Amino acid sequence: MELLTILLDMANAYGGAGIGAGLAAVGAGIGIGRIGGSALESMARQPESLGDIRTNMIVAAALVEGAAFFGIIVCLLVVLLK
Amino acid sequence: MIIKNIQTAFFVLIALLTTTFSAFAGHGSENGEEKEAFNAGEMIMHHVMDNHEIHIGPLHIPLPIILYSSEKGLDVFSSSNLSHGEPYLGYIMEHEKIYFVEEGGDVVRDEKGHINAAKPFDFSITKTVFGLFITIGLMLFLFITAAKGYKKREMQAPKGVQAVMEPLIIFVRDEIAKPSIGKKYEKFLPYLLTIFFFIWIGNMLGLIPFIGGFNVTGNIAVALVMALFSFGITIAKGNKDYWMHILWTPGVPWWLKFPIPLMFFIEFLGFISKPVVLTLRLFANITAGHIIILSFVSLIFIFNNLFGAGGGYGVSILSVAFSIFMFAIELLVAFLQAYVFTLLSALYFGSAVEEHDHAH
Repeated sequence: MELLTILLDMANAYGGAGIGAGLAAVGAGIGIGRIGGSALESMARQPESLGDIRTNMIVAAALVEGAAFFGIIVCLLVVLLK
Repeated sequence: MIIKNIQTAFFVLIALLTTTFSAFAGHGSENGEEKEAFNAGEMIMHHVMDNHEIHIGPLHIPLPIILYSSEKGLDVFSSSNLSHGEPYLGYIMEHEKIYFVEEGGDVVRDEKGHINAAKPFDFSITKTVFGLFITIGLMLFLFITAAKGYKKREMQAPKGVQAVMEPLIIFVRDEIAKPSIGKKYEKFLPYLLTIFFFIWIGNMLGLIPFIGGFNVTGNIAVALVMALFSFGITIAKGNKDYWMHILWTPGVPWWLKFPIPLMFFIEFLGFISKPVVLTLRLFANITAGHIIILSFVSLIFIFNNLFGAGGGYGVSILSVAFSIFMFAIELLVAFLQAYVFTLLSALYFGSAVEEHDHAH
């Protein structure tokens, strides 16, 4: 219980920036994981459209990662401008 | 067989040698001199933000400072005059920001210790501007040599720089411009090629270690200007169908558009968010990559401070391995961010010039 309290105190230090950044990373992980998973599945179903699927997977992953980075930058700003 | 063993021995030797670099970090604090503790956050921020001089190892190369203000006019001098925090010619520099200061007077500080004074316009050649010049110079060399090669060797196989650039240019034309824009892609191709190579070379420049750490594309102003260029081109080239889709979206019930323009509000949000998201994606990706690599390296020094030289040695193997891994990922990210920025710009151009066949 003590350890949990200490960890939560640290993560909550700069207005919860630590928790915010962690959640952004989790969101990115889930999103890009789903994109990669469905891309691999469709590549296995239809190997001749490998190149097209790969291109669109990269585009979608970059867009999702953009949203995650938005959250990370906001948390970084909270830490730096406190 | 002997060659294989020698190769393995060579790599093991290199690995051991690189891990001993942490010993040099330990020596300073073991001497008992007045040495500041290693502040990782400060070091990382200093490397990621802009700077008025270039640090290459122990070498400090001062860059010119160019200041303009309506009171004092134009002042150009070397940054070595201001780098020690002393006032010079009525200016003083703190944390890479230049303020006005009275002759022989102290500056006003607010409660957090920051200077509270007016600032002149700072047009200095900073580290990022210098990196911009390097990128531009490299791009000019590559493209002009390729163009001259095409003129000299018409109808022949390409050679030299021309041969390197041709598959890349064809990649941008056939994979990015043509599928996204359609028939009228040629007018947009010079701009797309420019931003693709500028972002790619700028990203790669930031990855080269030991030359001072240029963070060209990781600067939010650079990313913002490029996104604004793309934004401006979509506005300039938007045809009537494009603006009608934003202002008075066809095919949507009238009560979403007339008393309260809800549809316009939604479309406007999408319209404004495009350059903002382009900027943030590029800036955040590149800066985050630099911060991660710098963090792994500073881990060695942090462990050195906490557990002595042994800790530094031990963690340096892991640290170097992870740094190499992150560098490899950052190489991929350099190309990927250039590709995504160019592709999205091309898609926005395509939607601006698209000819809709209205089936009425």
